Amino acid sequence: MKRTILVGIATAALAAVTLAAQGLQINGAGATFPAPLYTKWFAEYNRLHADVRVNYQPVGSGAGIQQMIKKTVFFGASDAPMTPEQLQSAPGRILHFPTVLGAVVPVYNVPGVAQELKFTGDLLSNIFLTKITKWNDPQIAKLNPGVNLPAADITVVHRSDGSGTTYIWCDFLAKVSPEYKKTVGVATSVKWPANTIGGKGNEGVAGLVSQTPGAIGYVELIYALQTKIAYGAVQNSSGKFVKATPESVTAAASAAAAQMPADFRVSITNPPGDAAYPASSFTWLLLYEDPPDKKQGKAVVDFVKWALTDGQKFAPDLGYAPLPKSVVDLELKALARIKVQ
Amino acid sequence: MIGSRPRSDDWLFRVGTGIFAVLVIGVVSAIALELYRESRLSLHEFGWRFWQTDVWDPVAGEFGARPFIWGTLYSSVLALLIATPIALGIAVCISELAPRPLQRPLVFLTELLAAIPSIVYGLWGIFVLVPLVRQLEVHTPDWLRALPLFKGPPVGVGMLSAAIILSIMVIPFTSSIAREVLRAVPQSQREGAYALGATRWEAIRMALFYARTGIIGAVMLGFGRALGETMAVTMVIGNTPQISLSLFAPQYTMAAVIANEFAEAAADLYLHALVEIGLVLFVITLVINVISRAFIWSLGRPARARRTRTAAAPALESA
Repeated sequence: MKRTILVGIATAALAAVTLAAQGLQINGAGATFPAPLYTKWFAEYNRLHADVRVNYQPVGSGAGIQQMIKKTVFFGASDAPMTPEQLQSAPGRILHFPTVLGAVVPVYNVPGVAQELKFTGDLLSNIFLTKITKWNDPQIAKLNPGVNLPAADITVVHRSDGSGTTYIWCDFLAKVSPEYKKTVGVATSVKWPANTIGGKGNEGVAGLVSQTPGAIGYVELIYALQTKIAYGAVQNSSGKFVKATPESVTAAASAAAAQMPADFRVSITNPPGDAAYPASSFTWLLLYEDPPDKKQGKAVVDFVKWALTDGQKFAPDLGYAPLPKSVVDLELKALARIKVQ
Repeated sequence: MIGSRPRSDDWLFRVGTGIFAVLVIGVVSAIALELYRESRLSLHEFGWRFWQTDVWDPVAGEFGARPFIWGTLYSSVLALLIATPIALGIAVCISELAPRPLQRPLVFLTELLAAIPSIVYGLWGIFVLVPLVRQLEVHTPDWLRALPLFKGPPVGVGMLSAAIILSIMVIPFTSSIAREVLRAVPQSQREGAYALGATRWEAIRMALFYARTGIIGAVMLGFGRALGETMAVTMVIGNTPQISLSLFAPQYTMAAVIANEFAEAAADLYLHALVEIGLVLFVITLVINVISRAFIWSLGRPARARRTRTAAAPALESA
């Protein structure tokens, strides 16, 4: 009896292996930020094309880029565009394809304040440089007339783990404040001023902010929406105060699309446009222009085409902003450059 | 024929276990070699400065490990100070005092503490312990807060929360081993103490003294565990690289910075600096193990010498 079961299991395992071998198995790795959407996309795409299986490891943008350069994965994914040095060290030409948009929002916990607060980029950079230390500082009060701000200390909460969220946030603040650019800089991990505290992951930052009276931090929009934590409106380059929504984030990309460079490696923080939310960013898929395996290359190109068109409709439900059509059109043209024959 | 069989078995057994023993040495050396290989950029760039500077700036490419070394050692020592008396209390209670029907459930429950994943400790830390510690910090009188030990804003996350979490995680390890060591103390020792008119407390003290090398080993095992703990600590320590005596100040540990920054580190020097932190942790763990071995060894030797002397003395007298 036991033996029959064992033989049965072995046959089933063998069958599973052969089945998998018939289809295409494509491996990718990289950013954690778009991982929920990518997982959804791969599952949906597999339903339409049963022969294509994508295995995506959300190991982080930095690790994804490393694996891409070592060619241990077929495609990479990153929240920050690759640096010129990284592109140089790769054994072949790597192309960037924006897949979707995300936004980072300032979340806060101010005792006794129920109203929504307004921030400017300049004010946020001063808060995150710990130059403004009290919630009733005149700079905050000026922007928020009628709000009864307490004299509480401000506690700055940041991400302790390296993260694309930190990159986007710092990219925005560095654009509006030269001092921020000089003392903190832009990267997935930065050197924060003393007396700030670090939380691990979006959940760590949101948890610390919601528990600590007087705290301010930054999280991905989806996380603020899910946890119903208070987040503020941020002034954009046209002087308008905008709250992050899928629409205002897509608007930021449309505004930037006009000057889109051919390689799509562009930062869209603090873009022009009345409706644009300023702390927004693309997230990118990384592909070799001359892929090592043509069959896999063809399958990935087909998948990206689908993701850029039909796939976009899954984005808003998961808290991401879909790409504007102008950007999609540019990308579909660029996809033709990948040598799949 | 019959005589040679057990000998060949013996030979096989010896070689077999020998291979496993050598394997351990091989694995440890391979780890050391790989840590060195993957951190050589940072080793060459910073040299000893890596151990002596406080700046950790991935943007500028400046890396110094001192705040992390401090945070790791300080949190582990604090955890040990909290955990050791409690763990020994548990061990004594279970092995010497608790009524028999209570012993098994108590053993089971303390060992259950060791089975809880550290992420669960971390979550408990964020949602239960940190708010409690914050209340404590808020209600600390001002004259106390002026002391360097209690300086800093009352945010809850920081060294104290980390030390408490660590001590809870260390207790089951220390207490289990201490319990087994106490159980191994010969019953005749206790009986001898009682025969000399010792009270229960004196007899237990005698057993603890008899078992001291094993108990120190148990404490050191807890220390090793505290040095390497990552997830739970990073969730409550505040992750700020700074050297401070203050229990209320957010700080950082070596294991935590590796876990936090490794996945997103893309620049070569940055990656090598993170691996060098691992190398530093490896070296420190090694040094602490060697010191504790030497300490146990030095404790064991004179004691044994004394015992043989006292044992020999009456024999001489009677002769």
